[in-house]
Amino acid sequence: MSLHDKAEKNVIWLVALTLVTVSIGGIVELVPLHTIDSTIEPVDGVRPYSPLELYGRDIYIREGCYNCHSQMIRPFRDEVERYGPYSLAAESMYDHPFQWGSKRTGPDLARVGGRYSNDWHALHMIDPRSVVPASIMPPYGFMAEREIEADGFRAHLEALEFIGVPYTEEMLAAAEADLIAQATPDADTRDLLERYPRAVVGDLDGNPDAVTELDAIIAYLQILGRMVDFADYSTEDLIQ
Amino acid sequence: MAADVATGTVAGTVAADDRLEAHTGYNEDVVRLFTLAAVFWGVAAFTVGVFIALQLAFPVLNLDLEYTTFGRLRPLHTSAAIFAFGGNALFATSLYTVQRTCHAPLFGGRALALFIFWGYQLFIVMAALGYVFGITQSREYAEPEWYVDLWLTIVWVCYLVVFAGTLFKRREPHIYVANWFFLAFILTIAVLHIVNNLAIPVSLLGTKSYSLFSGVQDALTQWWYGHNAVGFFLTAGFLGIMYYFVPKRANRPIYSYRLSIVHFWSLIFLYIWAGPHHLHYTALPDWAQTLGMVFSVMLWMPSWGGMINGIMTLSGAWDKLRTDPVIRLMVVSIAFYGMSTFEGPLMSIRQVNGLSHYTDWTVGHVHSGALGWVAFISFGAIYYLVPKLWKRPELYSLRLVSYHFWIATVGIVLYISAMWVSGIMQGLMWRAYDSLGFLEYSFIETVEAMHPFYLIRALGGILFLIGALIMVYNLWRTIRGDIRVEEEYRKPEPVAPAAAAPAE
Repeated sequence: MSLHDKAEKNVIWLVALTLVTVSIGGIVELVPLHTIDSTIEPVDGVRPYSPLELYGRDIYIREGCYNCHSQMIRPFRDEVERYGPYSLAAESMYDHPFQWGSKRTGPDLARVGGRYSNDWHALHMIDPRSVVPASIMPPYGFMAEREIEADGFRAHLEALEFIGVPYTEEMLAAAEADLIAQATPDADTRDLLERYPRAVVGDLDGNPDAVTELDAIIAYLQILGRMVDFADYSTEDLIQ
Repeated sequence: MAADVATGTVAGTVAADDRLEAHTGYNEDVVRLFTLAAVFWGVAAFTVGVFIALQLAFPVLNLDLEYTTFGRLRPLHTSAAIFAFGGNALFATSLYTVQRTCHAPLFGGRALALFIFWGYQLFIVMAALGYVFGITQSREYAEPEWYVDLWLTIVWVCYLVVFAGTLFKRREPHIYVANWFFLAFILTIAVLHIVNNLAIPVSLLGTKSYSLFSGVQDALTQWWYGHNAVGFFLTAGFLGIMYYFVPKRANRPIYSYRLSIVHFWSLIFLYIWAGPHHLHYTALPDWAQTLGMVFSVMLWMPSWGGMINGIMTLSGAWDKLRTDPVIRLMVVSIAFYGMSTFEGPLMSIRQVNGLSHYTDWTVGHVHSGALGWVAFISFGAIYYLVPKLWKRPELYSLRLVSYHFWIATVGIVLYISAMWVSGIMQGLMWRAYDSLGFLEYSFIETVEAMHPFYLIRALGGILFLIGALIMVYNLWRTIRGDIRVEEEYRKPEPVAPAAAAPAE
């Protein structure tokens, strides 16, 4: 026990030995995730979020949706049948922070995009029990009343660009215009859809007069899981 | 310690404590503050917990307000329980223990200690207000935004300076074992907190930030943090409490010094690896999942090393389980620790996790640890501390401690059994197929099936809260200086030989 005697009698030794001991596991597990190329196998279609989708994602984070909803479909027969193809690492590569979640009080949302109409989402967010009588989800009617704040939203894209999300100069320049245009009926969205393929456009929340938080959260929910076209991939392609 | 064992009277203890504090300059003011804060935040955390449990049974309780949705209140509950209740209990006990076991007053003086106290309370209030107003990173158990994280970093570094500085100034040759655990907890939480909260603020005047890492790397960073918030905040720190307060209350030496060395180093080495078991079957690479699983299973051993060392400290004093309800709280907490550190490795096995993950089973597991282990050992320590800190001969009522113990224990059992049943049931319902090969249940049918268990869970939480309120009353009367006449609890203790208990 003489070796241990030193740690028991010398604070510096105890601090140093403790720090070394608790560092090893983290280094061995975390560092390779940044260096091994196959950690994220590339798939076509994954793109940065459009400004309105990102705004919706910020709301998703603000409301703590992860407390009840996961965004990670596991490779089980029942999950694939219930939710769709299992989630790929690439699909959340631009998610700062990730929202895989740890609890399914409500269903997984990784591929909720396109499953329900915009109208259904609007009704469901305002009063979940109007469309799912047994739902225990909180109501989010206030989102329908609150208009989005477009001014300065470019800074959100710039922050993400700074940490590696490939927003182009063009995307940044159009950020605030795109934010409004995506949920404005009859807006010219050709360039927007060029920049952000498969984004849902138009009046999303049933209120054509304003772009609200409800528009934003619906834009986000409707793109979830839809960036990658799984018709292009066979099961064999996805096995690592 | 020798003094009060020799006199064998409570009056003797108090007189000795008084002399000790005057003589040594121990800072007990800040310990008193942290103790009161732990009790206050504990009741707050349990109350919010009961409320959000009822929200799941009765969604109308979301009140149709943005500030009171389950999504905003659940982090309020978890942070209040872990960081406000647990954190203040750890500050109180660690700062008490380090002075007594080092025979030295707190390093840095009274002002720095007060700064840590008020700085930490400010952290709690800023975090809590943030959640209610929708300012959150949505990283589980690391929800506070960047500015709150920076503030906590400052407070935490001061805590480390005070704690390690006191160790430096100690007048004992050895650093007592409880302090190893406290020190490992403080150091590791600092590392975890800083790395997991690396983020880029959108603007220096705004609250919003984006995490530095994304997707799969972010997921593992977060669960490396998340599991070690359990491992170091809720385990190592509370083992520090166990290693001081159980021997003190039982008046017995620690069972095995060698075991404490072996299980300390193996515990802190292995815990760090366990994070990936939160990400089984996800897009995290298999090699990382496997590492996480293997180390989680190995973690069973050092965890039980701690349990054995704690429970066996009662050797030769088992009769106190019958006569001292405070010891009963402590021993049952260690038993819950043993149970949940067996359940944890079980749930970390990939195939078991396939069933348990995303369900209430996890919630039940967390609560057997949080209510059974963390809260009970804290209650035990608080019941020990309050008479000492306020110079009272004994608690107002040991019978009320006994009521607290039984009501809270029944509450925990209701809680965790409801969650076992609902979790396993929901996991099985999700994967059930009918005879034609179709999924048997829609998701909403599994939600409906949860309702009775949500009610039982809420009842368990209410009982736990009632127990805590009994504690508040008991502590208030104790601080006032009242003593209830309870003949059966106040037999004079037989004089025991001066044992190698931790030094005062």
